[in-house]
Amino acid sequence: MSVPVSIQGPVAANRADHASPVYKTVAVVGPPNAGKTTLFNRLTGLRQRVGNFPGVTVEHHIGSYRLASGEEVSLIDLPGVYSLNPKSEDEKVTIDVLNGVMPGADRPDAIILVLDSNNLNRHLVLAGRVIALGLPTLVLLNMADELHKQGGQVDVLPLARQLGTPVALVSAATGEGLHAVANFLVATPQTPEPLELPIFGDPRHCREWAVRMGSHAAYRRGATPEWTRRLDSIFLHKLWGGVIFAVVIVGVFQTIFSLGQPASDLLQRFLDNVAVRLTGVLPAGIISSLIVNGVWKGAGSVLVFLPQILLLFLVIGILEDSGYLARAAVISDKVMAKVGLNGKSFIPLLSAYGCAVPAIMATRTIENKRDRIATILIAPFMTCSARLPVYTMVIAAFIPNRPVLGPVVGTRAVAMLSLYVLGFAMAVATARALKSSVLRSRDVAFIMELPPYRWPMWKSLGLRLMDRGNAFLFRAGTVILGVSILLWALTYLPMHNGQPPPIADSAIAHIGHFIEPAIRPLGFNWKIGVGLLSSFAAREVIIATMGTLHGVDPESHAMALQQALRGDLSPAGAIALLVFFAFAMQCMSTMAVVRRETNSWKWPVLQFLYMTAVAYVAAFVAYRLTLLYWN
Amino acid sequence: MVFNFMKARPASPGHNLSDLAVGESGILEDFDMPQSIAEHLMNLGFVPGLEVLVARSGPGGNPRVYRVDGTEVALRRDLSRCIAVRPLGDAEAEMR
Repeated sequence: MSVPVSIQGPVAANRADHASPVYKTVAVVGPPNAGKTTLFNRLTGLRQRVGNFPGVTVEHHIGSYRLASGEEVSLIDLPGVYSLNPKSEDEKVTIDVLNGVMPGADRPDAIILVLDSNNLNRHLVLAGRVIALGLPTLVLLNMADELHKQGGQVDVLPLARQLGTPVALVSAATGEGLHAVANFLVATPQTPEPLELPIFGDPRHCREWAVRMGSHAAYRRGATPEWTRRLDSIFLHKLWGGVIFAVVIVGVFQTIFSLGQPASDLLQRFLDNVAVRLTGVLPAGIISSLIVNGVWKGAGSVLVFLPQILLLFLVIGILEDSGYLARAAVISDKVMAKVGLNGKSFIPLLSAYGCAVPAIMATRTIENKRDRIATILIAPFMTCSARLPVYTMVIAAFIPNRPVLGPVVGTRAVAMLSLYVLGFAMAVATARALKSSVLRSRDVAFIMELPPYRWPMWKSLGLRLMDRGNAFLFRAGTVILGVSILLWALTYLPMHNGQPPPIADSAIAHIGHFIEPAIRPLGFNWKIGVGLLSSFAAREVIIATMGTLHGVDPESHAMALQQALRGDLSPAGAIALLVFFAFAMQCMSTMAVVRRETNSWKWPVLQFLYMTAVAYVAAFVAYRLTLLYWN
Repeated sequence: MVFNFMKARPASPGHNLSDLAVGESGILEDFDMPQSIAEHLMNLGFVPGLEVLVARSGPGGNPRVYRVDGTEVALRRDLSRCIAVRPLGDAEAEMR
């Protein structure tokens, strides 16, 4: 039997300088928290993209790793798995890809298995399963720096002999030992037999096997870093844990509002300026209008979300990579359990108060699919920043400001607060209904691994930000752009003598008149109807639309618009409009993101229908009640 | 199968993980829960025969954090009630 060599040392390193790769496609596999993604990022850097297999929501990254010879090997970063059990979607995807039966993916020629060297007794169980698949495998024992710092050790040669695969001790964070990857990729494949593989099916035997493998390698685990325990005794403290949690949450919000909102506003102003310039440069006509009002404004409505999305993901990324997010989930779990969800849904729901779009993207940290969908479905009920300008305008136009609690808290503040409470209450009710019916979780429980605290790495954070930014701009953005062009066309058509119609004759006005019978029970006229229709692009668009309809500029003549609104709505209609906005799913960015994150149109369509129905019924009830009691 | 932790109790009259106080430890014995959850727990290090320590309790007393096999895992009370353990005496825990 040939003995596999642990591929380390100068001789092997030289070989990698010139040789061509023997593998074309290599899968990167490993348990969660083993540093698999850090390794993948280090190997591929910016040469990576996100992939979606047809029919599954699990995402993977594909990147290319350039060898010294200039030739490239394609690397597939598969979801983190603890074992190869086809019951979980992540693990099924991994098994299917490794077996070459996943449509749209080439069967990998080899596997790079990333394990945490600080947790070998657990992680070697996965090694047994992966090696048993029979593909050439390189086993990387990652986080060697931490292992050594904590006084642990492992001899790779005896382990390689036992497993029948090359084994290397590496640190993806520092780059230590990573030439082993290049050497593996150019080495002539050896096919030695592993000395002994575990008996699958019985976890106790698998684990005994893993411990035996570890003892062959003189494995000694490092001590748990003392400062992780010290930090936990503060962060999970009965009193201080909650206080720090509250401070962190307020800090997250403060960051997003104090930096994100001005950045969005600045960007909006810049985009508007460019729009004005474009109008000046382009010859007047349908092309100019299409470019400025359809394409540019549509693209702009996507772009203005970007600063908030990137900031939110930067902050969440820091919390996640440092290990605090897992603790935050533990702290918030008790409250979330009351609505049938668990602590992992807390941060996404909280971010939905800023904007549902990044919140829905942030649900990726929820492993349980049903909990994740339930969180996605209720997130748009949280009062997002796009509702604020609408609330402000309608409240200012219709609700007289009288003091309620002292001079500071007036009727307007109470009205605003009630709208926040309304959205939250509906989210809770919906979550309870979903979790006790269609999305009832079966056979799942709140099980949260608490990784040691670590310093976040800027490179990892940066790559993730780029990844989320791209996902939003290019996948969601295309849908949003399409809808804005459609909306533009509806205001521009039908043309008379080559001129666009007055807005009252446009196609959208006809649609407004057409739907008027449906919205009259809510106290809305056709103009409000047109505003509602346009607000399905984004909620705040209703202000610009009402401005256009009344021929006033919403920026400079806010008072005029408020007065004009009083002509369209009775006070009862205004209350109905506020309630409608609190509940309705008027945001195509959100729909596009839900479509992207659930990989199907089913959920966004159901969500849209449900939220619109709730909004309609609630607005009707609010209208009738206000008519009865407020005169 | 629909499974409700709240109603489930271990079949044996012995001790379960939620009986242990913070700082106490025990030897894992058995799981009274659906196979998929038991497997997930075992992947995280909850393998029968290993020692588990109640490391700390969260701010509300639930979930609690357990240390097993060098890692820390948070579990709710309803789940820890379904994990049978043999409590270790102080002296025995000291020895290990």
